[in-house]
Amino acid sequence: MSTSANEAAPAQQGAPLLEVRNLVVHHGQLRALSGISLRVFPGEVYAIIGANGAGKSTLLRTIAGLHHPTEGSIVYDGRDVTGMRAEKRATAGISMVPEGRRLFPSLTLEENLKVGATFARSGPWTVERVYDLFTWMKDRRNQKTSQMSGGEQQSVAIGRALVANPRVLLLDELSLGLAPVIVQRIYGMLPQILSSGVTVLLVEQDVSQALRVATHLQCLLEGHSTLEGRPADVTAEQVEAAYFGMGEHSAAAGSIPEGSEA
Amino acid sequence: MSWVNAIVQGILTGGLYALFACGLSLMFGVMKVVNLAHGDLATVAAYIGIGVIAISHIPFLWSVPIVVLIMAVLGYALQRSLLQAAITRGELTTLIVTFGLSIVIENGLLQFFTANNRGIGTGSSLISSSFSIGAGLQIAWLNVVIFALAVVVLLGLQYFLSSSKYGRLIRAVADDREAAQLSGADYRHVFGICAAVAFGTVALAGISYGMTTVVSPTTGTDTILLFAFAAVVIGGLGSLWGTLVGGIVLGVAQQIGAQINISYELLAGYLVFLAVLVVRPQGLTARRSQS
Repeated sequence: MSTSANEAAPAQQGAPLLEVRNLVVHHGQLRALSGISLRVFPGEVYAIIGANGAGKSTLLRTIAGLHHPTEGSIVYDGRDVTGMRAEKRATAGISMVPEGRRLFPSLTLEENLKVGATFARSGPWTVERVYDLFTWMKDRRNQKTSQMSGGEQQSVAIGRALVANPRVLLLDELSLGLAPVIVQRIYGMLPQILSSGVTVLLVEQDVSQALRVATHLQCLLEGHSTLEGRPADVTAEQVEAAYFGMGEHSAAAGSIPEGSEA
Repeated sequence: MSWVNAIVQGILTGGLYALFACGLSLMFGVMKVVNLAHGDLATVAAYIGIGVIAISHIPFLWSVPIVVLIMAVLGYALQRSLLQAAITRGELTTLIVTFGLSIVIENGLLQFFTANNRGIGTGSSLISSSFSIGAGLQIAWLNVVIFALAVVVLLGLQYFLSSSKYGRLIRAVADDREAAQLSGADYRHVFGICAAVAFGTVALAGISYGMTTVVSPTTGTDTILLFAFAAVVIGGLGSLWGTLVGGIVLGVAQQIGAQINISYELLAGYLVFLAVLVVRPQGLTARRSQS
C-alpha cells in the first residue's frame, strides 16, 4: 500500500502553512462537516480521502472560500482567513482546481491561463512555463477548451491554478471521470509542481492513487474524521475501515497514529 | 425606386436600433440582467446631453464624451449597488428592480423636464443635410453617421471583449462566476466594469436618438426599449453582431411596412419579430457564446 514516494515526506515541524480548526459547515439544514481539523506544512502533499458525500469537496471549497463555515476557523500563513472572500484568498496564495475542472468554455486555452495569471502573485509560474510542463498545449493554445478531452481539460485547470503562483494548491478530485492511464499521467506531473515550492492539499476518491502521492492523509466519513496519519503508518485494514465506516472498534483504534486530533 | 429607398433607409435605421440593443444584450449576456430601465437610461443620457450643452455652451461633439463618461460612472455605481443587490436575490428580482427603476426615471424626468418633447441641437449643417443618389433616393447624413457609429461601437466592443484584460475577465465571469473567483477576480467589480461599458453605449444610443428625432420622458419604454428588445431577439440573444443584424431586419421591415401603408410601420416590425420568435427562437445569428 505505501510506496517509496512517501519516505521523502517532510517532517511535520515549524509552523503549518494552512491550519483548519474544528470546521463545521452546513448546507442548509444538512451538517456537511462536523468539526474537521487539519494542519498542512510547507512542502507536504496532504490527501483527504473518503467516499462520495463524505464532505471532502465541501472541506476544500470552504478552505477556498466558496462556502462559509458555521463554526471553526481557517488559518493561512499565520493569518485568520475564515471571513475572507474567495477572490482575496486566491490572490493571497490559495488556488483551487475545482471539481469538474470548471474551465471557461467560451475562452481559448491560452485565455483560460491568462485569466488565471491576471491577479497572480509573483513567482516561478508563467503561461510559458505551463506550456513547458504540458508540452502539447502550445500548439493548441487557440482552441476552445470545450473541444478538449477530459484529461486535457484537467491539465488546463491545473495550469490555470498554477499561473497564479499559489503557495497552497487545492486539488479537488483530479481523477474524476478520467481513464486510469490519464490519471497516472496527471499525477505524474505532481513532483514537478512540488519542486516549484507549492504545497498541495488534495481530495481523492481513488484511495490507492492518494496513498501513492500523499505524505499525510486524513479520511472523512459523513463529515467526521475517521483516520489521520502518514501513509506509512496506517494499514490497509485501517484505511478500509475508516473509508467504509465498518467496525467501530477498528476505526477508533486506528484513528490516532500520531496523536493528532481526529 | 421607392422600394430601394425603403430598404436603404431601413438598413440605416438598423444602425440606431443596434445602438439601442447592444448594451441590453451585453448586460443580459454577462449579468443575466434584463434591464427594463434600458430605454429610460438612454432617455436620461439624451437629457443629460441637452443639459450639458445648455449649461456649458460647449460644442455638441464635446458633450458626447462627457455624457458617455457620466453614464459609465452611473452604470458602475448602479451595478455595484442596486443591480448587484437584485442579482444576489435572484433573476426575477432584477426584473422587478429594473421595472421599478424605469418608473422612477420616467416620473423623475416628467417632474424636472415636463412632458414636452426636446431634441438635441447639433449646430452642424452637415448633420442636418442630406445627399441624393439618383432619383427618389435621399439619404440623410445623420443616418449615415449614426450607422457608422454603430459599426464602430460594435467593433470596439468586440475588440474590448476579445483582446483586453477586462474583456477577457468579463467573458470568464459570464462563463463561470465561481471559477473566476478562484482565479482572484472579484466578479462584482467585473460586473461593474461591464455595466459601465454597456451604459456608455446607452449614452450614445440616447444622444443619437435625440439627434434624429425628439425625446420625451416616456420615449424610453415607448420606443427605445421595445426596439432594443426586438433587435436583440431577432438577431439572437447574447450575440453582439446579432444586434446589428436584428436592428437592420427590424428597420427594413418597418420601412417596407410604411411603404405599403404608413400606419403599418410598427406593425410590420413586430410581425417580423413574432415570426422570428416562432420560426427561429434562437435568433438569426444563432450563436450561443457572448461575443
